[in-house]
Amino acid sequence: MVERREGRMGRRRMTDVGFRLSTGAFAGLLVLIVAAIGFELTRQSMLSIEKFGLSFWRTEVWDPVAGQFGALPFIWGTLYSSVLALVISTPIALGIAVFISELSPNWLRQPLVFLTELLAGIPSIVYGLWGIFVLVPAVRAVETSMPPMLRQLPIFSGPPLGVGMLAAGVILAIMVIPFTSSVAREVLKSVPAAQREGAYALGATRFEAIRAALFFARTGIVGAIMLGFGRALGETMAVTMVIGNNPKMSASLYAPQYTMAAVLANEFTEADTELYLNALIEIGLVLFVITLVVNSLSRILIWSMARSGKGPTVVPIEPAEEAA
Amino acid sequence: MTRSRTRKLLSSAFVGCCALSVLVALVPLAFVLFFVISEGVQALNWDFFTKMPKPVGETGGGMANAIVGTLLVTGLGSLFAIPIGVLSGVYMSEYAGTRLASVVRFSADTLNGVPSIVIGVFVYGIAVLPFKQFSALAGGLALGIMMIPIIARTTEELLLLVPGTMREGALALGATRARAVFSVVLPAALPGIITGVVLALARIAGETAPLLFTAFSNRFFTTNLNQPIATLTVMIYTYAVSPYKDWHRQAWAGALVLVMIVLICSLLARFSTRRIEGLQSGG
Repeated sequence: MVERREGRMGRRRMTDVGFRLSTGAFAGLLVLIVAAIGFELTRQSMLSIEKFGLSFWRTEVWDPVAGQFGALPFIWGTLYSSVLALVISTPIALGIAVFISELSPNWLRQPLVFLTELLAGIPSIVYGLWGIFVLVPAVRAVETSMPPMLRQLPIFSGPPLGVGMLAAGVILAIMVIPFTSSVAREVLKSVPAAQREGAYALGATRFEAIRAALFFARTGIVGAIMLGFGRALGETMAVTMVIGNNPKMSASLYAPQYTMAAVLANEFTEADTELYLNALIEIGLVLFVITLVVNSLSRILIWSMARSGKGPTVVPIEPAEEAA
Repeated sequence: MTRSRTRKLLSSAFVGCCALSVLVALVPLAFVLFFVISEGVQALNWDFFTKMPKPVGETGGGMANAIVGTLLVTGLGSLFAIPIGVLSGVYMSEYAGTRLASVVRFSADTLNGVPSIVIGVFVYGIAVLPFKQFSALAGGLALGIMMIPIIARTTEELLLLVPGTMREGALALGATRARAVFSVVLPAALPGIITGVVLALARIAGETAPLLFTAFSNRFFTTNLNQPIATLTVMIYTYAVSPYKDWHRQAWAGALVLVMIVLICSLLARFSTRRIEGLQSGG
């Protein structure tokens, strides 16, 4: 049907193909950058990978002077602080998401969204500065006033320094809340109105109706929480400034510890031997891989939720807010 | 009867808890802003913007070099990120169904989630190690890599918002696809794309981790792109962890300037999204 022979049409096709190729090249560049990050980090850490192998991740000793590099304390610190942040932030973030999407009066909704966005917009370094001069003394006061009976427990053992795991967990929680809550809000928005209306029609209270909506959205909610977890894993400056930077594993919330991101921030420019630098880059590589896996999983969950939310099983009685 | 009362009570308690969690989250926000403003205002003066840092022990001085450095490095980052980001966004929206488009979308989301410190390590490997030299260029590259996914995703979303009839109209008049995109669709989405760039800038201007070992720092004034350069964020970090009172004071001033930059950028972005939304419902 298409008149291929006609010169003008041919030229049009040419420019169309050219357009596709040139924009595609830039898009491909984006893919290339991600691949290059993985490749470069692997290449640059070969020395450490070959020398230590898997024992790198099982060894507790980090002694650059003796050439001993074990990354276990950093993995431990990263996971501990991120899980702690998750435990603190999840109920609050979900509460905010529910409040904004389900309960808030209309006039309050926009300002609240703006304020949570602002919480996300404050740079990490500013949280860190605030952490050093405001949060850490406050945490120290709380730690000191802990009843002696509780101080016997392993998670509250050690001197109350202020800097340490607790301060890191709190500051991470503050930074993660806006991420989790905004994704959870989006997820809740995709729950068909009929879900709630059905619950109300059956005589449910507000709590029960919202619980039904939350249950419907559970996959997406888990995705939102994981997305927050991914953020917490890689957060650097604020944590570095309050966690105490001590490569010693401990179960105590009081103990100064270290994270993968923090050790990179602190020691990277001090790495005086090739092996030291390679060991640090290997930590970066693993941080990259972990966050990649966590983020991909959370996105898959959120996507699958978005798809099921639009599913044909429930037809909304009324189109949602957009019509208004 | 009692059962329904407990249910109602539970429901009210739940509503109360949700409202409470909003307050709980706003408390740290208020505290951070309060301290940044109150400490920052006391420390901020004209010298901060115009003077160079003083040697350790002398009070006074400012962060003129770091302010210029931040502008330079973020400028370099945008220069590098805007073309790649916008054109990848164009590709993702124009060829939305293709396999490459989904791969690009996935990569953009992945890149967005990569910890900024890891980007720093990567750029150290490709732009610092080979030249044995920390540089403003390397810092700009690191920030640019972080901006690309934000710009790409915003561009994609906003291009998809442009009514299909506009594109079809252009194509019906005999425009090529490139012509339709660059003369009709992109201009219509331009305010939104600028919003995306501004949002990316707001996020990038406050980044510290990727600059620690790319742009590094510098006590002196420089605009040489091949030299290490001071930036506001790295300077705040150095000052904050130092033992000197006067440096702490200046760190707060720097934090205030940063927060103001972020705030202004996000207000600007908000304003222009309003405008594009207005355009949408109007057209």
